[in-house]
Amino acid sequence: MKKKNSSSSGLGQLLIPLVALGILIVFNLFRDISFFSITMRVNNSGNSVLAGNLISVIDSASELAIIAMGMTLVTAACGGQDISVGAVGAISGAVFVKVLQGMGSITVSSVIIGLVLCCLATIVFKLFNGTLVAVFRIQPMIATLILYSCGRSIAYWINGDATPQLNSPIISSIGMTIPGIPIPTPIFAVLLVGLLLFLVFRFTSLSLYTQSVGINANAARLNGINPTYIKLVSFILLGVCVSVASIIGVCRLGQLNHKTLLVDIEMDAILAVAIGGNNLGGGRFKLIGSILGAYIIQMLTTTLYAMNVAPVNVKAYKAIVIIIIVVAGSPVVKSKLTALWNRIRSGGPQNAQKEGVS
Amino acid sequence: MQNEIVLTMRGICKYFPGVKALENVDFTLRKGTIHALMGENGAGKSTLIKVLTGVYPMDAGEIRIEGIDHPVVVHSPQEAQSYGISTVYQEITLCPNLTVAENMFIGRSKGRGVDWKAMEKRSGELLDSLGIPARPRQQLGSCSLAVQQMVAIARAVDTECKVLILDEPTSSLDDKEVEMLFALMRDLKARGVGIIFVTHFLEQVYAVSDQITVLRNGQLVGEYAVRDLPQVKLVEKMIGKDLEDLSVIKKHAPPAGENSVNYYEAENLSSSESRPFDFHIARGEVNGFTGLLGSGRSESVRAIFGADPATGGTVRVDGKHVKISKPLDAMKHGIGYLPEDRKRDGIIADLSVRDNITLALQVVKGMNHPISRAKAEAFADEYIKALDIKTASSDTPIKSLSGGNQQKVILARWLLTHPQYLILDEPTRGIDVGTKTEIQKLVLKLAEEGMSITFISSEIEEMLRTCSRLIVMRDRKIVGELTGDELTQEHVMKTIAGGEQ
Repeated sequence: MKKKNSSSSGLGQLLIPLVALGILIVFNLFRDISFFSITMRVNNSGNSVLAGNLISVIDSASELAIIAMGMTLVTAACGGQDISVGAVGAISGAVFVKVLQGMGSITVSSVIIGLVLCCLATIVFKLFNGTLVAVFRIQPMIATLILYSCGRSIAYWINGDATPQLNSPIISSIGMTIPGIPIPTPIFAVLLVGLLLFLVFRFTSLSLYTQSVGINANAARLNGINPTYIKLVSFILLGVCVSVASIIGVCRLGQLNHKTLLVDIEMDAILAVAIGGNNLGGGRFKLIGSILGAYIIQMLTTTLYAMNVAPVNVKAYKAIVIIIIVVAGSPVVKSKLTALWNRIRSGGPQNAQKEGVS
Repeated sequence: MQNEIVLTMRGICKYFPGVKALENVDFTLRKGTIHALMGENGAGKSTLIKVLTGVYPMDAGEIRIEGIDHPVVVHSPQEAQSYGISTVYQEITLCPNLTVAENMFIGRSKGRGVDWKAMEKRSGELLDSLGIPARPRQQLGSCSLAVQQMVAIARAVDTECKVLILDEPTSSLDDKEVEMLFALMRDLKARGVGIIFVTHFLEQVYAVSDQITVLRNGQLVGEYAVRDLPQVKLVEKMIGKDLEDLSVIKKHAPPAGENSVNYYEAENLSSSESRPFDFHIARGEVNGFTGLLGSGRSESVRAIFGADPATGGTVRVDGKHVKISKPLDAMKHGIGYLPEDRKRDGIIADLSVRDNITLALQVVKGMNHPISRAKAEAFADEYIKALDIKTASSDTPIKSLSGGNQQKVILARWLLTHPQYLILDEPTRGIDVGTKTEIQKLVLKLAEEGMSITFISSEIEEMLRTCSRLIVMRDRKIVGELTGDELTQEHVMKTIAGGEQ
């Protein structure tokens, strides 16, 4: 039984999120096929852009998808989650705005400097979390609770209570679309971060190390891996993800509001990791699963709004669907389903023989 | 001594998939005696205890308890307790943040409410009568480990206990605390409680026990009165003397002469877990640390590999002074280490056989030089074939392999790094006989090719077959070094057991 369960974890991990996404799409097809219509329209700044529910889903899920990738790494290495991503995102956004304001004009180079500085600042805050987790062995939830509660206050100290505006075509190019390109820029940001992480995993053995540390830190250490270092690296990468997401968030609105920037995103990010079939207790992970998870969550929200569900009720309906997805992906249901699948595929007696051998 | 029998177990059998954990074992406990249950790891002590306390169902056999005129079947620890059988485990299973009194009575109140006053009074009386230096209102966590252990015993005893099982109660206590515990055990004995005492410490057995039952490989070796069984004899019984199959493998000629070159040398090496010791190994030599469990043999090799933080000493590898403070240092100097506890320290359970095989080599190469998928496949397939690892594919998670095959994977992991010096701590534990012999042959073959190997095993015959030099440890100290003609079973056992006959 155990064997079946684990050996199916290759594509099996992505089965539930893919099915969930498929059902959401089919549901919308029957409900209202115009949900999928994509049109060209001219936006406020005079550019022609693609518009439609589907584009809006993929666009609005960008921050969540990016943070979910980082969250996956921290989860895999540390067996716990960072709940301060939203609050640190607010700090990160505040740093970005402060740097741009300090430099006077908004140019491509000042934005790049802002990005680098805000990235560094976020990494420092994430290393604070990482040190508590990796060096002092504090449970991630508790360690990150500190910045979760005080992060937005720090963001407030950086910029005061104002909601500073950033008016520049460069800003709207980042937050919305670049003139001449009809696809929203945040989508490219997801691809960029995804590509970056893909390259890191392709050209280093970080993925193997991270999984080893997450599964058995003791054994990893005896094989020469430094678990503390690997955990810190996961927090650094999460920091990069958070700063990119926060910049998108700021540029989308053209303003910084430390109270609402990336608010409540930590729970959605954890949820995305879970929906993606990743074990929240650490170990094996698939980034693509978490990205799918992020899009499922956004698709669900957009579908509910398209059905004219009152905003107050959206969260309740969301909860119901998420319960179903999470239970369907639970080990108990999964092993029942795999057993059923095996019986259908290979017939009773043969199957029994196979199990005897293993 | 009273002769009233309080517990009889007859013909107890317990099978796990592929393993006969207990086969036809008898055990008898009399009122007011301390009965030591002895045996090496895997001998079946814990299984017997777990069958008795209802943790495992038994497959055959009969348990009779005084006062009940039919054989009983124990289904759960709660049921065992209702028969008057209480267990105190090695790890303290109480709640350190509650008071002593609460710990003694929690989960035992009959009605809904708790009468705190009565509870404190009763526990105070009990602590006094047993001479346990703790107050009812004291937080348990503020007591020493020995006192916590004694509180656990007091709790067990208070539930009208006829049979008290102490499973390795002394392993985390110092000498003075052990004495305190023994005083309590003698006191309980005088009150007529039958005590089953499981321990690895030979001296302790002789200090308190009346009877000894020895198990080996799931079978009963015998029951003896302590005065009839000197320490050396006990070790013999525990280890077994199957001298016949010693000649199966040809003894390999020890290269240890004046002209042999030391690959690894340590002087006064100590770690956070081991006392200072000297050690050296020549190229192509197979030597071994022997001694009973807890004698410090594993701690010594862990110190060599840098698995525990080093606290002192000088180390020379290949003639050059080096510093080994963490496993990676050792690995970079050509040292490999197969740990004693495969589950805890060896396998990365959820990862594939392939990832598990290539892990150490990958780490030695460095994070920025990942082994390509194709190369990893080739390495994995090579070693799966060479060591005859039975796995569906190299993609199979290691956790779904049998123990012996998991062990071969870990062995493959280290062989792939082509170490100059390989440390194998209990590589054959929990492995079937066929694989055991394979691993022993492999060790000798590797040594012939020039690899230095330190081999640790609880089975002395296995060490005699492979090692040309044995370092004997007792109570965390090296007490002897045996070579050549001294390498006989009797001689080794005598050195392990100590001077007394």
